Amino acid sequence: MNQRDGHVAETLGALDAPGAQPRDLPAPARRADAIEAARLALLRDLQLAFRKPGQLVQPLAFFAIVTLLFPLAISPELARLRELAPGVVWVGALLGSLLALEFLFRDDAQDGTLEQYALSGQSLTGLMFAKTLAHWLLTGLPLALMAPFVALSLGVSAAALPGILLAVAVGSVALSLIGSIGAALTLGIKRSGALLSLLTLPLSLPVLIFGARATQLAIHGTSFLGPLELLAALAVLGVTLAPLAAAAAVRISLE
Amino acid sequence: MDWTWFHRLASPPHVYALAVRLTPWFAWPAALCIAAGLWSGLVLAPPDYQQGDGFRILYVHAPSAWMSLMVYVTMATAAAVGLIWRMKVAHAVAASCAPIGASFTFAALVTGALWGQPMWGTYWQWDPRLTSELVLLFLYLGYMGLRAGIEDPQRADRASAVLAVVGVVNVPIIHYSVTWWNSLHQAPSVMRLAKPAMPFAMLAPLLLMLLGFTLLFAALLLTRLRAEVLARERAASWIREVVSV
Amino acid sequence: MPEQTIEADNLHLWRGERHVLRGVSLRLARGSCLEVCGANGAGKTTLLRVLSGLIYPEEGRVLWNGENVRRDLRAFHAVLAYLGHEPPLKADLTARENLHYWIGVRRSLESEELDAALGRVGARTWCDRLVRTLSAGQRRRVALAGLALLPVPLWLLDEPTTNLDGEGREVVGELIREQLARGGMVVAAVHHGLPASLRNLTRLDLAA
Repeated sequence: MNQRDGHVAETLGALDAPGAQPRDLPAPARRADAIEAARLALLRDLQLAFRKPGQLVQPLAFFAIVTLLFPLAISPELARLRELAPGVVWVGALLGSLLALEFLFRDDAQDGTLEQYALSGQSLTGLMFAKTLAHWLLTGLPLALMAPFVALSLGVSAAALPGILLAVAVGSVALSLIGSIGAALTLGIKRSGALLSLLTLPLSLPVLIFGARATQLAIHGTSFLGPLELLAALAVLGVTLAPLAAAAAVRISLE
Repeated sequence: MDWTWFHRLASPPHVYALAVRLTPWFAWPAALCIAAGLWSGLVLAPPDYQQGDGFRILYVHAPSAWMSLMVYVTMATAAAVGLIWRMKVAHAVAASCAPIGASFTFAALVTGALWGQPMWGTYWQWDPRLTSELVLLFLYLGYMGLRAGIEDPQRADRASAVLAVVGVVNVPIIHYSVTWWNSLHQAPSVMRLAKPAMPFAMLAPLLLMLLGFTLLFAALLLTRLRAEVLARERAASWIREVVSV
Repeated sequence: MPEQTIEADNLHLWRGERHVLRGVSLRLARGSCLEVCGANGAGKTTLLRVLSGLIYPEEGRVLWNGENVRRDLRAFHAVLAYLGHEPPLKADLTARENLHYWIGVRRSLESEELDAALGRVGARTWCDRLVRTLSAGQRRRVALAGLALLPVPLWLLDEPTTNLDGEGREVVGELIREQLARGGMVVAAVHHGLPASLRNLTRLDLAA
């Protein structure tokens, strides 16, 4: 080894010295299992979010203001707005969810939390899933809860509202998952907002298409089960694949 | 099992030499096929009974559209190889693919719009093919944007590779959803670019053009790959030998 | 008891045109500590990150008990604790909450253990304050409390004494001594040198 011209170091273990005895090792602490690790990762993000409630309101305010633009830009006639309602709801929800994505990993990357997750001996995929779930609970679900009010303001009848809530709730799961990949890939890029949209929006189009269709059918009072099932399929596919891709992207960002 | 071929394939000087040697073997046949395809498509093939001469743009549009997808799949495959086996040359291949693919996609969009003017009376229709093609262009732009955005070249390679793989999983989903969306909102268009039964005189030039474009892609890819390998290995000693020769 | 070693075999790494690691080899036996020195930019942090498996070396291997750590990275990470040069703490959580989440992701944690660790680093009086109100030295102490709760065989420490006063530096020395006494290993990147009270240090100078 010593002939090499590089830097070489070899330690003589203290225990190899004569007379040295290793002290008894403490009983090894029980390792946290994957579920426990994911639960803590989820709770940490929720607790942090509630320490800064201002950030939670932002996507919702954004959703509301996007909605306001349409009657002003097009026409205040409810009949026309009702026709546009599925598009307004979904474009607003999509952009609102996109807005919050930038914060998904940014702080964790800066303060070294992601590094600790990657070195925790736990499945990084599982931890990414927990973080994405937290993101959905903090943005997707509130957006879904707000969507019926947005629809109401656009002249949609009350009967259609549960369907709209359901569609946005399911669709936003897929949006959060797709977004987690984009957010992880753009880690370490300064001013990544525009790039994040460019990466995420094309991948989100199927969600937009099926979601808007489900909403439209709900507004017309017909069964929207077909597109809702397609949305659910996208969400399931996202659950299985997106955390893997996000974990790979996070590891790459740490290299 | 003997893996030396694999390691040779992964070594930049070998790849560079191989690319230099192979380029003419693709470039000349590509030129011949495209010349023959254009001649037979633009001059020899009979005009379409419905579209007249306007259909002839198909000979550029269809191969471009075909290549836009094929290049993406090639790029994603190379990216996956680079990710899995940590093979730098594979990342160089993926990086070389992106601008070529984006150009083919752009060509497909422009020719599609030009074809639309006489056929639909408008340059742009939200036709499922054109819409999918537009989304594909955004996928390419996102890929190139991500690559450009990350400063460290190795991280750029690997992050964009993840994106390419995610994209290739999504391409069929996007295509399906766009077709599904279109079927809801629009009566099926009377004029389809590819008709089920095409007379041989019209089909043969198309096949020639497809082959020509595929060969053209290979030649372009090898050329770009050479530049890419040179740029990446600019500090390596073998470059001096190659360049001084 | 199986022999535990961490070995690095002729590591090379380039960052762009910069040859950061130029053939680093090392071998640590149980109960030993390696001090990695060198000026800023000499590659101390990079070496630690390569050893941890975060970065792939372009040449060379990292071996844990004679096996390439790439084989089972997750199992290797379970026996390793890494402390970067910034304490991995959330500014909007208290010191105690931070440890609860950070360490809890890795191992089950009783609240008495947590109290004891906070006490050891002298944090008992301020451990329920938000980290954003703590000084840099106090944050470093919280990170040390976390380290004390992770008695895994291998510690990789990046500048563990930064921002610490004399008392805090002694805590670092004490933690390392304990780790060595129980047969653990420590690789520490240090600019200022480890507390003088530590003996049996081997030094690897990356600048040379």
